Order: sequence, then structure tokens, then C-alpha cells
Amino acid sequence: MSSSISFTHNKYYSWCRNNLFSSWINGIITILSIYFIYEVSSFFLNWTIFEADFVNNFRGEKITDRTFCSKNIEPGQHGACWAIIIVRFHQFIYGFYPVEEAWRVNLVYGLLPFALVGIFFDNLPFRKYFIYFTFLFPFIGYFLLYGGAGLDVVGTSKWGGLLVTLFLGVTGILLAFPLSIILALGRRSKMPVIKTICIIFIEFIRGVPLITLLFTANVMLPLFLPEGVRPDNLLRALVAVTLFQSAYMAEAIRGGLQAIPKGQLEAAQSLGLTYWQSTRKIILPQALKISIPPIVNTCIGLFKDTSLVLIIGLFDLLGVGRAAVADIDWAKLHYEVYVFISLVFFIFCFGMSRYSLYLEKKLKTDNS
Amino acid sequence: MTKIKSLFISLVLTLGVSTAIAGSHGSTLDIVKERGKLMCGSNTGLAGFGNPNDAGVWEGIDVDVCRAVAAAVFGDANAVEFVPTTSKVRFTVLQSGEIDMLSRNTTWTLQRDVELGLEFVGVNYYDGQGFMVRKDLGVSSATELDGASVCIQVGTTTEMNLADYFKANDMSYEPIPVETNSEADAAYLAGRCDIYTTDASGLYASRAGYPDPSAHMVLPEIISKEPLGPSVRHGDSEWADIVRWSLNAMIIAEEKGITSDNVDEMKNSKDPETLRLLGVSKVGDTGAGYGAWLGLDDDWAYNIIKQVGNYSESFEKHIGVNTPINIARGLNALYKDGGILYAPPFR
Repeated sequence: MSSSISFTHNKYYSWCRNNLFSSWINGIITILSIYFIYEVSSFFLNWTIFEADFVNNFRGEKITDRTFCSKNIEPGQHGACWAIIIVRFHQFIYGFYPVEEAWRVNLVYGLLPFALVGIFFDNLPFRKYFIYFTFLFPFIGYFLLYGGAGLDVVGTSKWGGLLVTLFLGVTGILLAFPLSIILALGRRSKMPVIKTICIIFIEFIRGVPLITLLFTANVMLPLFLPEGVRPDNLLRALVAVTLFQSAYMAEAIRGGLQAIPKGQLEAAQSLGLTYWQSTRKIILPQALKISIPPIVNTCIGLFKDTSLVLIIGLFDLLGVGRAAVADIDWAKLHYEVYVFISLVFFIFCFGMSRYSLYLEKKLKTDNS
Repeated sequence: MTKIKSLFISLVLTLGVSTAIAGSHGSTLDIVKERGKLMCGSNTGLAGFGNPNDAGVWEGIDVDVCRAVAAAVFGDANAVEFVPTTSKVRFTVLQSGEIDMLSRNTTWTLQRDVELGLEFVGVNYYDGQGFMVRKDLGVSSATELDGASVCIQVGTTTEMNLADYFKANDMSYEPIPVETNSEADAAYLAGRCDIYTTDASGLYASRAGYPDPSAHMVLPEIISKEPLGPSVRHGDSEWADIVRWSLNAMIIAEEKGITSDNVDEMKNSKDPETLRLLGVSKVGDTGAGYGAWLGLDDDWAYNIIKQVGNYSESFEKHIGVNTPINIARGLNALYKDGGILYAPPFR
């Protein structure tokens, strides 16, 4: 009608007007918020990127300890000093793994996606072979990391940094998954012995903090074993982490099992399916689908909890970071180290959460 | 709570001792030799005492004691594997036999030496609780601190020592409780407290990381005894002897002026104790050297000095006045230089 209509019909304009400037108060809040976001993000970006040191400082000298950091030469005028991460990068990623053997860790990191795609995506060509590889991967991975048969043995005490975090996180989650299904089914079993065992196990593990389990595995276990039998420190932690995760995941799956209407099982039985057949083909597929959000939730929780192993003397990503900060050459670069570590954790946890969303969408059926 | 905790710890340790005794076969030295490397409990990261450097190599004066033992046993100071231990697990890790010795700034106390079944073999650093102040405060002695605000870590022995000290000197103070070392640093630097108190070595290490270390000073008063030293399990005195005399060898070497640089020339020295230490002299006319008494090669002490250095070299390299940590020898000087560092004679 009038010429202003084309302007007001601009969808961005009307969206802004309706959502951001619908009244005077909202307008003021919007402007203040934009200002606040601008201040915070410009500070953060300046600190992390634009005014930060990476390899060389502002004079062009290579940074070999904290005294070369621009921010220590001209206080208050420069951003982060990432050199601590760059110089100690090997420790952050591999721990004390020998430099000349680091290719083995890289190879494992490189093979990991191939081992995971098979379970993650079911419309993959040659999926069968990927699944075979997934089953072989733990053995290949352990052989590559630990060595033996031609490769130099690298004891787990030399593993550290992201390697330990991923080893505990990924292996713990993968091992806990089958265990947790058994526990969840066992807890709903009609056989009293199995049911009691599962309940006691789950409630005991859930009743104590992870740190207690880690202590038990680390400190008590060797005391009860004969001298000379010393399960590896890292493997002991892995056992604790796996048991802990399986109990929590079992409860998540039990939630899914309880949400399945009784009629489903009865219908399956009336077709003549056995318990295992109906569980495997009818109950579990539906129950696991419902349980995806809580399962991923416990997985993310566990991945972050792995940093507790520092207390039993394993150098995970956080432990390596703390040792870096404790080094007098790099003292007081806390922010850089902790920001870097949180970024790494964020990438993995955010990745897990995105994958679970993808899975939920893919498995969504309208009849449910 | 503390009672329950100590009960629990003693229970764990008692179990550990009985298991260790029941299942022990072979001396610690045999086990170490068979394994081909020494397992040594270290700190999870304390600058100057035990910390991995950029290349992942452990460094520090506590670490050097482990390297000395490895040099004595294997002739190779690098035949050590360091097991990082926190203050909570350090004793149980030692009890369970996972490590052969513990060398991580651990105070020698009656309870640890007797009740926990450890054997402290000596002192490699005499520490004690001290006070740090800003120089512009114009204070030169802790007795002038009446009415000061003090940053103090809650629930530590330092908290009790502080209360005792101020009470004994009839002074008052305002405690500013903090949880961790880094929190204490932040509070102190922000001026929330006049004084920061903890073990003197910790004060020096903190100061080294401050923007302007020279603006702060550690007061001369040390208000508690914290002798830090390496320890081993009760029950294997031969092994304890090896660790004890490895540390003593470093101290005697300083006393005799033997360094990693001149150790080869010192083999031609005229001093009988130097010759005994370096394995040149034999015991009487048996033809055997002094190493045999410990079950080691005769050049065990030579290897320690050659590869690790004497006590002074280790001290100056990691925490001495020319390092950022900047600790003067003080109590840790040799007895003849005004300190209390004293090793029994090598004969």
C-alpha cells in the first residue's frame, strides 16, 4: 500500500523489532547486552588471539620460558602466552611417551575414527568390514601403544596427557556399555540371585564417589594381592572407571527398559519368541533409543571425571597441565594452561553431545 | 574425623605391612636389580624439588636423590622410573611395594617413622614455616608483625604453628583463610593480607613466579621444624643403608670438595676418606672395596658424584640463589659453613 510497507516487511527488521525492541525497557536491555557481549568477546579474542604470543614474542625472539612472554616484558599490554602449550605440546598430547615412538600414538589416533565409524553410521558402504575392524581395534591399539613383538615396549607409566584421558574415557565407555546392558537386564530379571547381585553392585558403585573407587583400585587392590602381582596402575584406574561407568549407564538403560510398555514383551512372547530373542529384537532397540540422552550424559560426565586420576598419580591432560604450571620456567601461566585444557575437553564433550542429537534424529520414528 | 582417617590409614598400612612381610621374597636390592630400574615416588610437580621439564625429564633436588641411588645400584643415573605421588597416596604406594623409595618433600615425623612403618634415611632439605612480606612494609623481623593480616591455608599444620607462634610472642593477627597455594598467591599479591605463611621452600617457589620477585622478602624467623627426606619401607635395613649412604655420599663429596667435574682427578687425591669414597682404597688387606659392604660395586659413590654431582651442585642447580627459586643455603649449608648438614664419616 504505502512505500514503507516494503521496509517494514523486511523480515530481519520486524524480527528485531518484535524480539529485541518491543518496548523501551527491552530496547535498553538489548543495547546494554550488545555492549556487554562486545566488551567480553573483544577482550577474550584480543587475549587469546590478536594480542597473544605463540612462538615468538613481540620483539621477534623465540619464547623458551616465561621471561620471554610479551606480557611479562610489558605488563598489562599483551595477551596470552601460548608458548607454554607449544613448547610442552608433546607432553600435553603424549605425556612422557618417547619422542621417536610418538608415531605409534599418532597412528592409533588416526585409526580411531575408522574403528568408530562402523558403530556410529549404519548406512556406510562395506560397513561389515569396519565392524570387524572395530573388534580388532582394541588389540591393535594396545599393541601399538604398549609395544612388544618388534616394537619397543613403552610402559603405561610413560603414557600421559591427552593419551591417558582418551584411553580412560574411550575404553572405559566402550567396555562399560555391554556390561551396563547386562546389569540393567539383570536388575529387572525375575531370578532373585541375579537380581540381588545386580542391585548390590549398582547401588554400591553408585553409593561411593569415583575418587573412592580410584583409591580402592590404586591403593587397596595391591595390598590384597601377593607380592610381585602388580596390575598396572593405568589398568587399575581403567577397571575403576569402567565399573563406575557401567553402574551409571545401567541405570540410564533401565530407565529406557521401564518406559517400554508391557504389551511389547507380551506381544513378542505370544509370537513364540524366547526371552533373549524378544529382548534383543524388540525390547533393547526401543529401550536404547529412549536412553540415548541419559547415556550420553553419563559418558560426558565420565570423560570429564577422568581428570580425577591425577589424585592417584596418573598424569592425564590436567595433570600434565598442572606440572607445566608448577615448572618455575613457566610459573603463573595458569590461565593459558587451563583455557587450553577446557578447550580440549569442550571439543570432545560437545562432539559427543552433537552425535547424540544426530542419533536421536536418525532413530526418530513417528509412531513412538 | 581425623581419628577415623588415621584409623583407616593405619588399617590400610597394617594390612600392607602384613601382606608385604607375608609375600616378600628377596631383598629390595635384588628386586630392583632384577627389574633393571629403580621405582621412585616423586612429587606430582613442585618446582625445584621434583617436576618434569619441557622435555619430560624429571628434575629437582628430591629427584636427584633417586638418581643418586640409581647411579649407585646400576651405575646409570637414568635407570629410574618416577611414579608421581600425591600427598594422600604417597605412603601406601611405598607400603604396597609399587615404589622402592619415596623422595618427595616429606617431613620426617615420629608418626610417619614409627606408626606408619616407614624408615626415613636422612634429611636432604631442612625446611620450616616462614613468613613472606612486601619489602615496602618496612618489616625486618617476624616479631614486628603484631596486628598483621595473614594469608593461611586452612586445615594445615602451618595454621596451628602460626597460632602458637603469635600466642607465644603475645601478638595478635587477622587470619585470611585460603584453600590452595595459588589462591594464597593471588590474595597476597592483591594486598588482601600483609603476610603469607607456609613452608619457607614454598614461599621461595611462590615468590619466583611473582611479577616482581625482588619486591618481596622471606623473614629470617622459621617457626617450625620440617626436615624433608627420602624414606623406604620398614623391614629391609640393607636397602635403607643403600639409600642413606647414597645421600650421605653426596654430602661427603661436598665436604671433600669433590664435584662431577673434578671427580676423576680426585681419584689421585692424598685424602684417605676421599680415596675410600671413590673406591680407590680397599678395606684393610681383603682386596675388597667399601662397596661390597653395601652389596654394590666399589665405584658406586664415584658414579653418584660423576653423574648426579655433590649435594651443593644439586642444590645450586635446582633451588640455589642463581635459580629463579633463589634459596640461600641457610640451615642446609654444611656444618662447617654454618648450617646443620652433617654426614657420618665414611670409614
